[in-house]
Amino acid sequence: MIAVEHLTLRVGAFTLADVSFTVPSGQYAVLMGRTGTGKTTLLEAICGLKSVAAGAIRLNDHDVTRLKPAERGIGYVPQDAALFSTMSVREHLAFPLMIRKWNQAEIAPRVAELAELLGLTKLIDRRPLGLSGGEAQRVALGRALAFRPSILCLDEPLSALDEATKDDMYKLLLSVQQHERVTALHVTHNREDADELADVILRIEDGKVIA
Amino acid sequence: MSSAPQTPARSGRDWPFFAGLIILSGVYIALIVAMLVADLSFTTPHHLLRAFASAEIRYSVKLSLISCTLTTLLSLWVAVPTGYLMSRYQFPGKRFVDSVLDIPIVLPPLVMGLSLLILFQTPIGRAIQRVVPVTYAIPSVILAQFSVACAFAVRTMLVTFDQISPRREQVALTLGCNRSQAFWLVALPEARRGVLTAATLAWARALGEFGPILVFSGATRMRTEVLPTTVFLELSIGNIEAAVAVSLLMIIAALAVLTIARTFGLRAPLERVL
Repeated sequence: MIAVEHLTLRVGAFTLADVSFTVPSGQYAVLMGRTGTGKTTLLEAICGLKSVAAGAIRLNDHDVTRLKPAERGIGYVPQDAALFSTMSVREHLAFPLMIRKWNQAEIAPRVAELAELLGLTKLIDRRPLGLSGGEAQRVALGRALAFRPSILCLDEPLSALDEATKDDMYKLLLSVQQHERVTALHVTHNREDADELADVILRIEDGKVIA
Repeated sequence: MSSAPQTPARSGRDWPFFAGLIILSGVYIALIVAMLVADLSFTTPHHLLRAFASAEIRYSVKLSLISCTLTTLLSLWVAVPTGYLMSRYQFPGKRFVDSVLDIPIVLPPLVMGLSLLILFQTPIGRAIQRVVPVTYAIPSVILAQFSVACAFAVRTMLVTFDQISPRREQVALTLGCNRSQAFWLVALPEARRGVLTAATLAWARALGEFGPILVFSGATRMRTEVLPTTVFLELSIGNIEAAVAVSLLMIIAALAVLTIARTFGLRAPLERVL
């Protein structure tokens, strides 16, 4: 469960004040809003990448407002995928597990499982340079899910993709969400994303989030 | 809206413009190439061999190679964290710090040397010298090279980290990294080309450093003599052949560094740094 309670964020002159909403466990929430409404800032605050002026963020009934990003256990997929140019697809999927000091016998099957789930098996030794937009987003998704987070935050993950790839990604996102049993919060300005994916639709307008 | 038909603009011919561009840039390029060709035509293999037969010149080559390499390593050790700090974090006085980092780039080289010399005459400097002799000894050569070369390495690393989106490090933080892991495992590998460019730039600057070394280290043969010192000393006794032979060696080293930087490093690093 993601619970945002009376949250206030300030970035420069931009303020988002007294925002509250809840995403029940296992649900796929789509947070919609136009460019400049602060939806990315809100997502980054949930992930621990932006500091919070007031209010609280609770994940599965734990208050994480003051925790570092690493301690929140959120899988984060940024808009531009932000893949690591020096790492292969395999290394991307293994990276969070290596950081958590999993041993090799645990890492290999998890990487194979994710590669299978996301259709990355054939690309496993490739580096990001030369991957298509859809492939890059699948790698970013796999990297975010590798350590079995219970929360997945996606920032406009489909905005750079063509229509056909987008349709495939809708199916993939839903099946992956079911398979990994994550609570998802997906930020977008695209109505179609909400229609295809959302269990819960949230709108951010005039500094407020409306269910 | 006027209903009159539009008259096409009379744009004239473009060739005088291109001719101007080509002639002006061509003059400068011709000057650079002509200088190198003149050096080459002045030197014979015999001059080169005679220069290298001299124990003093062999010492100077050795000291130059060792001191430049040490200077490069020291510069990277300082430039990578400084560039990262300046690129990623906001702090009070940042503009001031940024200006201070540019001082070695704009200060006249002789003044750098003199400032170092005076620094080591202060009580703290003298205390250091009682443990390690610096002035007029080999450490002064490295320190003189470092104080200038490092500024160029810092600029290169700052530009490098500015070009790398902090988004990747943020992702690394959410994946379980602390700041140090995000730096070592993500940011630094992403910056590898910039590190190489910073290293080659620092090495090349250190190799050509003369003014600060002359003042701070002196020009003592078999002691603090580096390649630019050799050129100066040989010229001062009228041995132009040896001076040109040693210059040629530095030209070759500089071209090698330029090739490495162009092939493996950041694209067009100099204009982004300066």
